Amino acid sequence: MSPAIGLALDRVEGRAKVSGTARYTAELVLPGLVHAVLVGARIPSGRVIAIDTGKAERAEGLIAVLSHFNLPPIPGKPRLLPSLVGLAAPGESFFPMQDEVVHYAGQPIAIVVADTIERAEHAASLLRIDFAELPAHTVLDQVRDQAYEPQRIFGGMLPGRNSRGDVEAGLAQAKHRIDQTYRISPNHHNPIEPSATTVVWDDVDRLTIYDSTQGPTATQMTVSNLLGLAPGQIKVISEYVGGSFGSKAMIWPHVTLAALAARQVQRPVRLALDREQMFHSCGHREEQEQRITIGARADGRLTALRHHKLSLTSPFDDWAEPSLQSPGIFYDCANYEGVYRLARGNTITPTFMRAPGEASGMFALECAMDELAELVDIDPVELRLRNFAKTDPSTGNPWSSSGLRECYQRAAELFGWDGRDRAPGTRRDGQWLIGTGMAGAAYPHAVPPNQQRARARLYADGSAVVEAGVSEFGTGVTTAMRQVAADGLGLPVDRVRFVGGSSDLPNITAAVGSAGTGAVSAAVHLAATELRNQLIVRAVADQQSPLHGADPATVTVEDGRMRLHDRAEVGETYAAMLARGMTPDVEALGVWTPPPLTTPYGMHTFGAQFAEVAVDADLGLVRVRRMVGVFAPGRVLNRKTAHSQLMGGMLWGMSQALLEATLMDPRTGRWANPSLGDYLIPVNADAPDVVVETIEVTDTVVNPLGVKGVGEIGIVGAAAAIANAVHHATGRRIRKLPISLEDLL
Amino acid sequence: MKSYVGEVGTADTAVIRGPGEVMITLSVNGVPRTIPIEPRVSLLDALRDRLDLTGTKKGCNQGACGACTVWVDKRRVLACLTLAITCEMREITTIEGLAGDGELHPMQTAFIERDAFQCGYCTPGQIMSAVAFLAEGHQPDDPQIKEWMSGNLCRCAAYPHIRAAIRQVRDATVAGGSDAAG
Repeated sequence: MSPAIGLALDRVEGRAKVSGTARYTAELVLPGLVHAVLVGARIPSGRVIAIDTGKAERAEGLIAVLSHFNLPPIPGKPRLLPSLVGLAAPGESFFPMQDEVVHYAGQPIAIVVADTIERAEHAASLLRIDFAELPAHTVLDQVRDQAYEPQRIFGGMLPGRNSRGDVEAGLAQAKHRIDQTYRISPNHHNPIEPSATTVVWDDVDRLTIYDSTQGPTATQMTVSNLLGLAPGQIKVISEYVGGSFGSKAMIWPHVTLAALAARQVQRPVRLALDREQMFHSCGHREEQEQRITIGARADGRLTALRHHKLSLTSPFDDWAEPSLQSPGIFYDCANYEGVYRLARGNTITPTFMRAPGEASGMFALECAMDELAELVDIDPVELRLRNFAKTDPSTGNPWSSSGLRECYQRAAELFGWDGRDRAPGTRRDGQWLIGTGMAGAAYPHAVPPNQQRARARLYADGSAVVEAGVSEFGTGVTTAMRQVAADGLGLPVDRVRFVGGSSDLPNITAAVGSAGTGAVSAAVHLAATELRNQLIVRAVADQQSPLHGADPATVTVEDGRMRLHDRAEVGETYAAMLARGMTPDVEALGVWTPPPLTTPYGMHTFGAQFAEVAVDADLGLVRVRRMVGVFAPGRVLNRKTAHSQLMGGMLWGMSQALLEATLMDPRTGRWANPSLGDYLIPVNADAPDVVVETIEVTDTVVNPLGVKGVGEIGIVGAAAAIANAVHHATGRRIRKLPISLEDLL
Repeated sequence: MKSYVGEVGTADTAVIRGPGEVMITLSVNGVPRTIPIEPRVSLLDALRDRLDLTGTKKGCNQGACGACTVWVDKRRVLACLTLAITCEMREITTIEGLAGDGELHPMQTAFIERDAFQCGYCTPGQIMSAVAFLAEGHQPDDPQIKEWMSGNLCRCAAYPHIRAAIRQVRDATVAGGSDAAG
């Protein structure tokens, strides 16, 4: 029996998804269900003076209008903490509808509940809310002079400053110097399924929450904390989630508000955000600028790297996506300084968005390196190899695994990079200017700080069920875990079912930071192998088993049959043994203790991105003709789903480079383009075919199977490769995202 | 609110109905279903909230994402921008009615085999568009697929695989079903 791990199997939930039977959170049928609609502040700063509910209350079907005027305050105090930790994970250290103060536009002010969605929406439109408006700050330019250096960022998880060596001394040795600032627009995740929560109070002190979330336990812990309930009183179910990209990684206020509304009206309540509310309610990638200063010797070897980031955060939290982490370890450079600076504005706390930090930080670094390659006059790949970090430059520790050099080589080969003419602005295809560019990619391997669990159960017929409380939001985890469990148990894949999607299952962290597959595969692998070992021990102790008396270490399992390793004819099936003992099932828990933060290895995922663009010489239109990405994500559990995720990531990088910007109107303090018509994401015609390859590197440090994850690395560096290709095509350096038509006219 | 009932096609039969709930009959996937709805109810909400046909998805409710694509009289329409009451006397087809009970349409099979989705939320709309695209008689090459499939957003960006799935069905059709290679 060949291993199931690594096979390109179809998604197990594929049939449900293509036939429309997969039910997402807003599609569950519950008796007596009513509909809640959030009403957000239309001003960015000030106070609610009055809410006139008169007209709304006369509307057909209205059940309740809830606001701080009539809702009891919540007992808990939210404190932002990334959901990877496994504790309460509110998206911001703020909870709305506790008083009259408005901190940002779209902040929930009232909830309207009615018997149908149309009636709830109509009644919401009849509310008259009077505000007293105060001056607001919503863009970086308004608060630049008030920027400060935070002690820690990212929910307190990371220091605000990192350094090694002496950057000034390094710059003094430099022959070449790059000093550039890169500006990055706010971005919104925009999964096609808007966030939704359906809540049923099963009893006065017990509730079930159906939630579109990256972690059922994160929802459970957050609502428990905010409502002052024991976690055991709350069950969270999240079977299918229609995309997230970070928007459902933290638990935003609407989830708990839905629970409050359901308690208030004593009916099951569904609260689904509409598309515009998705721009106000679950964070975003923040407006930011990054200044990079590089010093290099004549041969291109780096002598100094300084990376400063300035970004806009909320009134409540010192949040910055950690843009400086991967750039800080990517090159062998003795003198480094990374500093975050923040300025507060009237905004919701920004949040994780696909490759949070690296997508922006590696854009800045890899564009700057392209500029350096031009200055030194060497090939950009060669520049990167000359500065290749053989060990983690921040600690001197070896990499747990790398593969970066192989990624460069393979991607260059697939792309046909050799012999590239470096001169910018010299190739034409009709009206199109043609250019190629490349960039490196890195993403830190995050691990949860506590134990992760899964459970495996084998039935007497030889079939197995494996469980862990993860949600399936398109990562393919359900399929990959089946493969992991099958190999662990020695069963064919079709004899194994994986079940996730509930907080009642063994506790596993939210699938965030590309850590989900690593964590859950570790726990599933340990559960499956623990169960297999139990069954083998049982067989060798069973006088009626052909394996009686054998050393358990000499027994292997293949196709559900335990047998001696060197005498295949001696053995029996799991099913035969369990039937003999009249045992309906056997179960084991897998408990994985992740490596501690002090692990003496640099843990990162690496990759390389290459792109070819065509730029219309007259119109400035940029078309991406080809993309090649090669990544080294440790072990690949399912080649099909992993490559799909990497491909999606690369196209996200294209989108980041050329399309995506949420525009803040500083006069109104509101997003100016909160719709899928105005916030551009790629359509089919925008998306070229993409070449994706993985280089499997063995990693014995990160987790038992050496899985480093594929959710984020695909986007990292893609925008830089495209920006560098635009320069190669046109001779123009565009140091902002997205690169738009007017930048190239 | 005007709606044409009974003898369709002559202005004489126009009657005012609403704004309160009225009984309407929708033929969905070949089955007539009578439900009370207000005339302001969209076809999308009627399908999802009244008829429990939740395969049709609500992504933007503004006609921008295509997740709610269904067929009305075999033409693709956005159910979020269509009032249910205007669909009386028309044949509505949703993802649930694309293939027979327990069967999959070749396009559904191709989507699975080509991994043409990840989260799956835009998928029913993509498939309804993809089947219609081939039936509409466009030149089924990549540039035309790209153009005619650009009304359906996929945030997971499975677009290259969506094209591969459509090519697979196209080629199987051309080859009389013998070869499904893309």
